[in-house]
Amino acid sequence: MAAINALATHPQAMKVTGRWLIGGLAGALAVIALLAFGIGAVAIAPMQSLAIIADQLGLDLGVPFTEQQRAVLLTIRLPRVLFGALIGAGLAMAGATMQGVFRNPLADPGIIGVSSGAALAAVLCIRANGWLFGKSGGALAAYQLPLAAFLGGGAAVYAVYRLARREGTLSVGLLLLAGIALAMLTEALRGALIFAATDDQLRSVTFWSLGSLGAASWFNLALVALLALPAMVCLGRLARPLDALLLGESEARHLGFDVASLVRTTMLAATLIVGSAVAFAGIVGFIGLVAPHLIRLAAGPSHRTLLPGAALLGACLVVLADLLARTVVSPAEMPLGVVTASLGAPCFLWLLLREGGFRS
Amino acid sequence: MTLEARHISVILGGRCLLDDVSLALAPGEVTALLGPNGAGKSTLLKALSGDLQPTQGAVYLDGRPLDGWSLVERAQRRAVLPQESSLAFPFTAFEVVLLGRAPHVALAETPHDIAIARQAMQRTGVEHLALQRYPSLSGGERQRVQFARALAQIWEPLPHGAARWLLLDEPTASLDLAHQYEAMAVARQLAQDGVGVIVVVHDLNLAAYVADRVVALDRGRVAAEGRPEDALTPERIRSIFGLEVSVTPHPRHGRPCIVPLPPPPRIERRARPRAASSQGLRFRLLSR
Repeated sequence: MAAINALATHPQAMKVTGRWLIGGLAGALAVIALLAFGIGAVAIAPMQSLAIIADQLGLDLGVPFTEQQRAVLLTIRLPRVLFGALIGAGLAMAGATMQGVFRNPLADPGIIGVSSGAALAAVLCIRANGWLFGKSGGALAAYQLPLAAFLGGGAAVYAVYRLARREGTLSVGLLLLAGIALAMLTEALRGALIFAATDDQLRSVTFWSLGSLGAASWFNLALVALLALPAMVCLGRLARPLDALLLGESEARHLGFDVASLVRTTMLAATLIVGSAVAFAGIVGFIGLVAPHLIRLAAGPSHRTLLPGAALLGACLVVLADLLARTVVSPAEMPLGVVTASLGAPCFLWLLLREGGFRS
Repeated sequence: MTLEARHISVILGGRCLLDDVSLALAPGEVTALLGPNGAGKSTLLKALSGDLQPTQGAVYLDGRPLDGWSLVERAQRRAVLPQESSLAFPFTAFEVVLLGRAPHVALAETPHDIAIARQAMQRTGVEHLALQRYPSLSGGERQRVQFARALAQIWEPLPHGAARWLLLDEPTASLDLAHQYEAMAVARQLAQDGVGVIVVVHDLNLAAYVADRVVALDRGRVAAEGRPEDALTPERIRSIFGLEVSVTPHPRHGRPCIVPLPPPPRIERRARPRAASSQGLRFRLLSR
């Protein structure tokens, strides 16, 4: 009987936990962002950061700051933090969605081939050494690698999608296998290209594949936001169908959801998000796999809290990891992927062991 | 107001699973689908639920082909309980049942939906499991939670008196004896409320207990159809299942009570093999 009584208040209670979690994560993101604004070669106190931003909006908080601090914050750190937050949030949401679509907690956002396709295209681009827009480059030279990576990712997802279509129906199982097969194939091609690369090219490839937020600028931020934000909003609205899909494909259809179009939409959204993130930041591993997991451990598998929660946590993790990456070995910069994986993996393992595994 | 299969055939991978089957279901009736393994029961249920497009013929809901209904319209009218549902993510049982309200929910579940999910859980006797994680439940408990989800989906009468349908694929497969009859009592109760129920069962006694009408399939064709008293005769059962049975009126409800009469079990007393001991002896001698 106690369970029935608890049941009356239970959904409300669940919502409160979800709200607390999301509120807490938003607060954490604000704190981490202020830290990331302030730490570096030019120190900026949190209040000064706020004052600079407020000044930009035409408000005077009465906190003094120097022109140098303003320039550093507005042209370097603010776009970089926003860039990191956007990429982290996007990767985490795409990861949560792919884990839901494939009903597999070990899926990561690249499972449909987008990162492997992007990686192959990036290596091809580095090897071709500026063939796309001419060696001397011009204004577009800086964009040939991002463009190649984005197109490569898109092409790989399209190939996976075509392979998984049989007689007009889309099979999620085939999608998974086609993604794995394509990843192996691109890995082999990438290996062959790397094998014949010069030392300089090899170095570029290695750094690219470990990820970095070094490309952060207002213009690049706007480009990524233009591609990823609509996709993220779209994913955020799919919480209930994704919940139903966890029950099974035919179960979701019996509940009135069009599974094929759901899978198509999520694939397209994940491609836009991961493709644009990989294009400008290289391969930032671990976030898309782990952020959704941690939220699930804390608040259960319902996508209504999972999607916003994972997005906020992913943003926190990437901004924090980037802060460490650019300060620990300053003035050099560690690759972002090294920080996310070396800090995240032990934390993740500890949480899993403490929680007693996947509970399934 | 019917759910109707008109001359449907299903051919998959060169095998004919259903061969020109016609079947009309009426609301307020329980129809039991019987037949040996591989007879096409689940295939017929899948065709009726729209999971499977028949190779020939079509399924009609209220006189309109199933294709002409949107997925949401179908979901508001009929619920399906699959044979087995795997769910590896740790939803609570209550969350699973609440998902059954999805076709009726516009933005977020209202307290009304929550109340319906609670009542559905009480109906299948799983309200005490509400806060348990679904993956931690036993097979029978999971099946009853899924049953509650299907009930929640078609809990309320629809506007304009549209008929509701419940399609159950072996709902009793992992239930103990008492829960099997309880689940069937729930199905009967629903039929009394005007829901058309079709249920795949293996236990002929269970079918005779619950059904207004039984449909027996054999190798993709309808082999027998009618009231349990008429359709479940020893001759029919022998020809469909290849098993001798005796059929007597049930002492309590008078419906057919089927007792299988297989040949008596052969119990062989095998002589204790003597060779083994000498083998062991030889081994011991050799190893020394």
